[in-house]
Amino acid sequence: MGQYTTDFGSIHSYKKGGVTAIDDDPKRYVFSNMFEVAAKSAPYERVAVAKNFEYVIESAKAEGESGWYTAAHDEFVIAMDGKVRVDFVKLADPDALVDPESEGAVHIEGKPEGANMGYVVLGRGHMAMLPVGSAYKFSAPETCTILIQSIDGAVTQHKWAQFCQK
Amino acid sequence: MAMKESAFAGTDEEISNPRGLPITGNFAINPADNITGYKSFQAGSFKFHRDEYFCYVTTPTGVHTMPADAFLRALMRDVAWGFFYGTVNFDQVFGTTNYYGEVDMFMGATNEAYTAAGRDFVERFKADKLMDVFKQMVSDWTNEGYDPFAAPMETGVPWGIKNGDNDEAVSRERVTARRMVGLPGDTPVRTDANGYPVNRMFADVVQDQPEVHAEPGFEHEVSAYNLFAYLSRSDVTWNPSVCSVVKDSLFCPTSEEYILPVEHGNDRCEWFIQLTDEITWNVKDGATGRPRAIINMKAGDCCCMPADIRHQGFSAKRSMLLVWENGSPKIPELIRQGLAPDVAVEF
Repeated sequence: MGQYTTDFGSIHSYKKGGVTAIDDDPKRYVFSNMFEVAAKSAPYERVAVAKNFEYVIESAKAEGESGWYTAAHDEFVIAMDGKVRVDFVKLADPDALVDPESEGAVHIEGKPEGANMGYVVLGRGHMAMLPVGSAYKFSAPETCTILIQSIDGAVTQHKWAQFCQK
Repeated sequence: MAMKESAFAGTDEEISNPRGLPITGNFAINPADNITGYKSFQAGSFKFHRDEYFCYVTTPTGVHTMPADAFLRALMRDVAWGFFYGTVNFDQVFGTTNYYGEVDMFMGATNEAYTAAGRDFVERFKADKLMDVFKQMVSDWTNEGYDPFAAPMETGVPWGIKNGDNDEAVSRERVTARRMVGLPGDTPVRTDANGYPVNRMFADVVQDQPEVHAEPGFEHEVSAYNLFAYLSRSDVTWNPSVCSVVKDSLFCPTSEEYILPVEHGNDRCEWFIQLTDEITWNVKDGATGRPRAIINMKAGDCCCMPADIRHQGFSAKRSMLLVWENGSPKIPELIRQGLAPDVAVEF
């Protein structure tokens, strides 16, 4: 171990920075903290913490088991501060569950039909692909935070006024 | 801070030219100086030369002087980023603005004192022609043992007369995953074996790998890697690499130490997600350079740089920053038409 300690932050322990305005409106910087957003949201509520045109980054509290999701494009997830398992199913008929021209993730009722693709178990800082044509669900034995690279869609929550610095 | 493809590869759309400038030619690379050993360069009316300590930019309106280390670090980013998105201010006086196929090079054009005094000077170039001069300049002016991508405590010094080169360092290929790092056939993960040891400031970053249990036939889709370990092994600072791609959404994480070598003037919104440690950003007005805000980001913080500012970051300990870019080829046209928003989200 060297002389330096890396500060990762977590849903249980984080420090927020902030915007000090000199000649500007702090709201323009859309400043929030992903751990605070996850901590104050329901499990697997996918809250946007960044948005650029149609694209979003979502923060979510991973706790217990999520429902199943799919999207008509790839997505990616990073486990920020704990252990998360992701299970995958190759959808037998993906177009029946999500419009192939649509954007963003959709929630699927019940376990979808299709072949078992396997699973990954992520630790802190691990990134996994959520591939197009599959369905996926998360499970976490202990509460932690996941960050998802996706597109604004049906499951994306917008709570900017609740979480961003004003 | 990363480009999906070469930034000087223009689109089919009309190229923005807000100053209405003609394209300038007249490039020259002059023989090495008898005393310093460095070549001098010319692009249009801009002339560049260096000596043991300083780099000089000469235009019809004056001479601008920068320390060689600061100039080379900024020049290196302008080259590596293909003129980047928007404006690369080497400092408060000299820089380039990218119009995606063509580039404005300026002295004082983003400094309100220069413009008020009429001492600003701008010329426009074909991006690939100017890039060729910049590449030769960074190659000739970088001495053996000095790496302008590296943190100052982890490299040699740029000073003195011409002493060899470091072309291996200054010609690094920017890493751009096509789908995700670690996928078969995509950008490989970093290891000791392929030349990427863990940085001294990230010695405590766990190097474990995710459990991947892919059923037969799904090995190309069920995939994961340790992003934090990957970033802990980066051999460059302030040089984002594409690690995952959702259409035009590019996750471009990077390791940051010391100072962002340029003041990046945004032409579109750009998001920063602080993955570890802490960075402080000085934010100034993009057009004038007047201070607008100071932003302190700690691990987990998310913040958007508006499209009308310039920013420069300071990272006392090496940190991991997720730079998130929208590389849509439609955006330059939206900017040209004034349809791209300055602010990403209004609430």
